[in-house]
Amino acid sequence: MNPGNLKLTTQGDREIVMTREFNAPRRLVFDAFTKPELVKQWLLGPPGWSMPVCEIDLKVGGSYRYVWRQDSDGSEMGMGGVFREIVPEERVVCTEVFDKAWYPGEAVGTLVLSEQRGITTVTQTMLYQSREARDGILKSGMEKGVAMSYDRLAELLASSGTAGMEKGAGKS
Amino acid sequence: MTSSDRLDATFAALADPTRRAILARLASGEASVLELAEPFSMTQPAVSKHLKVLERAGLISRTRDAQRRPRRLEAKPFAEAAEWLEKYRKIWAGNFQRLDALLDQMKIDELKAKQKKQDRSKR
Repeated sequence: MNPGNLKLTTQGDREIVMTREFNAPRRLVFDAFTKPELVKQWLLGPPGWSMPVCEIDLKVGGSYRYVWRQDSDGSEMGMGGVFREIVPEERVVCTEVFDKAWYPGEAVGTLVLSEQRGITTVTQTMLYQSREARDGILKSGMEKGVAMSYDRLAELLASSGTAGMEKGAGKS
Repeated sequence: MTSSDRLDATFAALADPTRRAILARLASGEASVLELAEPFSMTQPAVSKHLKVLERAGLISRTRDAQRRPRRLEAKPFAEAAEWLEKYRKIWAGNFQRLDALLDQMKIDELKAKQKKQDRSKR
């Protein structure tokens, strides 16, 4: 797997898993995910959105709050949650609730960082309360989804099918 | 099935690694149950069970006329599931590209700070 290759799969009935490698040591990646002044610079979503609010109280039981704004019409989207587990540079578990939740209940996000030879692998897992909630997320994005060719699809399947093996192989 | 029910069935069917591997195999061409069982060192009934789940989700179908009844991929449910994944992926790909740039900058800043320190106290 090359740095930059984003993997996105569903796992079990209630999870979405995202994996990505970064060409940086994990203490820097951890900072980029947990320090507001850094998070604000990249966690912006689709083009045309900014992040006017980013507050993070990084301790177990502490909360965080994110608000994004669409610059063209001023519409806002907010979310937040509470930290459940923090292992510096390694692991963060937090709850996640959107202000205008389009799925039932809160989700639980787990961020895991592992470093090998200066490359940090980030695994983000979102666990939803039910399969319906998880698939609701999937459906909400589908309406405006772009068509995908059959070939790309085969690639997607092939990569998710071998995801477990790649871990064992380790190098490439 | 409505498109919404079908998506539920699609993601449930995709949740299993063996079934994903079967689909990956079928993406490169149709295959009989026997051919599908071989690489997974599974019994035919075990493979048939997975095939039934995939069939129920509408992800695969069997060719009627041939005697060995090979299975093949059905495109539509995948396209629906994949469309979403693609959109979600795009948003995150954009976020992570910005993060790449930020990390590069952080590395440079760190290096500069280190050099400053080294200049002050040569090893």
